[in-house]
Amino acid sequence: MAEMTHLTLNGIPVEDTFAEAFDVAGTALIVTNDTARWAMIAATVMTGFATSVIGCGAEAGIDAELSPEETPDGRPGVRILLFGFEPNGLKDQLIKRVGQCILTCPGTAAYAGVDGPTKIKLGGAIRYFGDGFAVAKRLPDATGRTRRYWRIPVMDGEFLCEDFVRAVDGAVGGGNLLFLGRTHADTLKVAEIAVEAAAAVPGAILPFPGGIVRSGSKVGGRTKGMMASTNDAYCPTLKGRAGSKLPTECNVVLEIVIDALTSQGVSDSMRAALHAATEVGAAHGLVAVTAGNYGGNLGRHHYHLRDLIAKEA
Amino acid sequence: MPLLTLREAPPERLDFLAVNPLALSGLSQGDAERLVVGTTRRGLVLGDCFTVKLDGSDTLTIAGGHARLDRVGASLTEGAIRVEGDVGQRLGAGMTGGTLTVTGNAGPFAGSGATGGTIRIEGDAGDHAGGAVHAAKVGLDGATLVIRGSAGDCLGDSMRRGLIVVERAGAFAGARMIAGTIAAGTVGDHPGYGMRRGTLVVGGHGALMPTFVETGALDLVYLRLLAKSLRPLSARHADLLSGAPKRYSGDLATIGKGELWVAA
Repeated sequence: MAEMTHLTLNGIPVEDTFAEAFDVAGTALIVTNDTARWAMIAATVMTGFATSVIGCGAEAGIDAELSPEETPDGRPGVRILLFGFEPNGLKDQLIKRVGQCILTCPGTAAYAGVDGPTKIKLGGAIRYFGDGFAVAKRLPDATGRTRRYWRIPVMDGEFLCEDFVRAVDGAVGGGNLLFLGRTHADTLKVAEIAVEAAAAVPGAILPFPGGIVRSGSKVGGRTKGMMASTNDAYCPTLKGRAGSKLPTECNVVLEIVIDALTSQGVSDSMRAALHAATEVGAAHGLVAVTAGNYGGNLGRHHYHLRDLIAKEA
Repeated sequence: MPLLTLREAPPERLDFLAVNPLALSGLSQGDAERLVVGTTRRGLVLGDCFTVKLDGSDTLTIAGGHARLDRVGASLTEGAIRVEGDVGQRLGAGMTGGTLTVTGNAGPFAGSGATGGTIRIEGDAGDHAGGAVHAAKVGLDGATLVIRGSAGDCLGDSMRRGLIVVERAGAFAGARMIAGTIAAGTVGDHPGYGMRRGTLVVGGHGALMPTFVETGALDLVYLRLLAKSLRPLSARHADLLSGAPKRYSGDLATIGKGELWVAA
């Protein structure tokens, strides 16, 4: 580790490496409710169990809380981002998640949250829950563009759901930073501050618990059939072995993972996180910051930490 | 701005299907004056009744309307037509876009089969405004029809899509509606007769049919979207949806997916 560090930011060593990220299919959904609390409940449930595409089918998170002025129906809302490998898989996850988490949640309505080239049927699929009693309605939105909604009879009135949402081109998943620290509590604090800064970038989410993942992985494993296994190079209990990348003073590593609707979003979000973390790093015993990659051959997007050290791109 | 000025009352009904700003912009003064608008063997042309002044812009003004001017704006696809006066039947019938404004009254079947654009009638409209002409399957089909005065009977008869905003309507408003929305200050007897789907929003109404059942005073999210879409056209009509309007479901003699909202 030590021999690879050539960079520093705010006095913290930053490894001269890059985060490797992938093209993914991404969409945004706006859910609204009579109160901000219930909009957040719906959004939290829908984005649950969505940390990794491989195990969960999708990566999802809350992008922003929306004021009544920012939502189509004038109620408090939440903007959710959902990412999958490709639009078909995304559609499957979207319908399952909206069907189980938004349709079921009292008072909630769902609208498309982003424009893009690929249509994904949403209300047009969920309407079959209405058993033939659902009706479609075309209404102009604030910009005068006509949008189609399904009104599905449910026990608290109606579930209002936009006919389709759109998937964007150019969404990127897997931007990341690894924080090498001394104590668990201090490193968690640094990672939390990084998450807060990264999540503040519009159109970017951090799908892991609280935005942080402690079980970073490598491709493949010693057990036959394992697609991914623990990132042993960064496990503190495996320090000192051949292949360990941890300096002796490092006792904990926490990673943040970022998905965004654009590559610029990932880059902005990583930059914000890197700066926020290193600013408080010295006070919290941060040893170094690095990023995860697979040698550069798997993902099309490489975010070099060297480029992120500058405040502006 | 191209201008057609009526010189004298037309001696017969005139068909304005061929008259729109786009068509006129491609014609010479002489060709425009020779456009056939008569509906008898007499072969009446535009120049016989109107003074024609062309300038190629996309807003046509017809100064001095008359109840014998039929199908005004029926071929409108873009731009605007403004009629200062009355028009006859089938105003904007089948139009696909643009803005059509009439400062006076319109005859029957205004907006029939119109798929896009906005039709504004400052005065009254005759029967079957936004309704299907005889033997047609659908009435208004996506356009927006705003009537500042009153409409006759069978407003929006068999309309399939689009929005009608009217101050007062006669009997059988929204009859046989396939879908779409009608917002009215008041409607006469039997609103929504035979409607399949669609939304009627009214401030008051005449006799209701027994095939409409009350489903209670509901506060649905949909009403917020509907009110938002009505507000630019008429704040008063949007306000009909505030409070908790009473909802009736019907016409249960059909598939019964229509609804009548009565302001609280």
